[in-house]
Amino acid sequence: MPHIQLPEGLPGIRGAMAYRPETARPLNDLVEILLHGPNSLTAGERELIATYVSSENDCFYCQTIHGAVAAASLGDNEALVKKVKYDFEHAEISEKLKALLVIAGQVQRGGKQVTTEAVVCARYLGATNLEIHDTVLIAAAFCMFNRYVDGLATTQPRDEEMYRERGKRIAREGYINISKEYLPAEIAD
Amino acid sequence: MPHISLPEGLPGITSGFAFRPETAKPMRELAHTLLHGPSTLTPAERELIATYVSSQNDCYFCQTSHGAAAAAHLGRNSDLVEQVKSDFLHAAVSEKLKALLMIAGQVQQGGKTVSSEAVEKARLQGATDLEIHDTVLIAAAFCMFNRYVDGLATWQPRDPAMYSKMGEHLATHGYLTPAISTPAPELSAKRPRS
Repeated sequence: MPHIQLPEGLPGIRGAMAYRPETARPLNDLVEILLHGPNSLTAGERELIATYVSSENDCFYCQTIHGAVAAASLGDNEALVKKVKYDFEHAEISEKLKALLVIAGQVQRGGKQVTTEAVVCARYLGATNLEIHDTVLIAAAFCMFNRYVDGLATTQPRDEEMYRERGKRIAREGYINISKEYLPAEIAD
Repeated sequence: MPHISLPEGLPGITSGFAFRPETAKPMRELAHTLLHGPSTLTPAERELIATYVSSQNDCYFCQTSHGAAAAAHLGRNSDLVEQVKSDFLHAAVSEKLKALLMIAGQVQQGGKTVSSEAVEKARLQGATDLEIHDTVLIAAAFCMFNRYVDGLATWQPRDPAMYSKMGEHLATHGYLTPAISTPAPELSAKRPRS
């Protein structure tokens, strides 16, 4: 049961966002820019970073929904998403993304954990300053989202199909569009 | 030295914001709503929660700038800010704020660490659902801001006057506009070149 009275029937972060639309809007704007906006990293790559960090933070809702968005962005390759969560060093992804995932994992443990070596390695493999910046901020943002979702003890159904379907819609429509379902129109726009 | 090339002369998060204005906007708005917008918690109480979490995360820039904002709201009572950071259970703050700081500390350790007991205790001391929600989100948001600031290895000068000025600005104007808009030449001159 959630720690506070949240709107019923809206799992995970959706219940919290519907409860407090004033903070939901900047939260949705941030995730839209980081994961769905124009970027030299693909949406699949950015969703994998978000999924990996959420998995390290042990947040079921976030790792499952973002894992589903990642899979939808990667030709429904759910096996690759699982591999990235548990052993990204041996996953079939670029060496550059592996280097960015190392940085994301360091951010998850704490800002001061990020090493110059990891950054130099990412840069050597072709990562730009903006890509490194966005990796750090995606990882940091999910240290927020994960704590928000678990810190309120939101309901997190174990229904894989629900996440799969919603993941496909988010991959297609983005976060702001889909938030119109549960936020007042004047906030979501 | 920062991990990536950031605009010079801008301390802490302001350099990340200047580097990527697209993400700066929602981050500013989030901080403004949480810390400066209408709330039944006073701005001082909310800044103390932000300062405490930043201190637990060992982020110098965030704990010092938000500590200065808290002090500005509290009639320059920086002793109280220090006391909250090091031992809030014995600080001269309300029992309700102590209970909320307990929840904030649990969020800092991890979302699953928040206990029903801590929430119950806050409620017994008069905290509303919305106040508990905002405490959780302020603590969570500072786990982001702190990691952003330290994860990029931003420049974080040890200049008490600069933070005190920034704190006054934040306490008065909030977070939508930069507290430091242009690179301060006297600050960048002090910056170690190593």
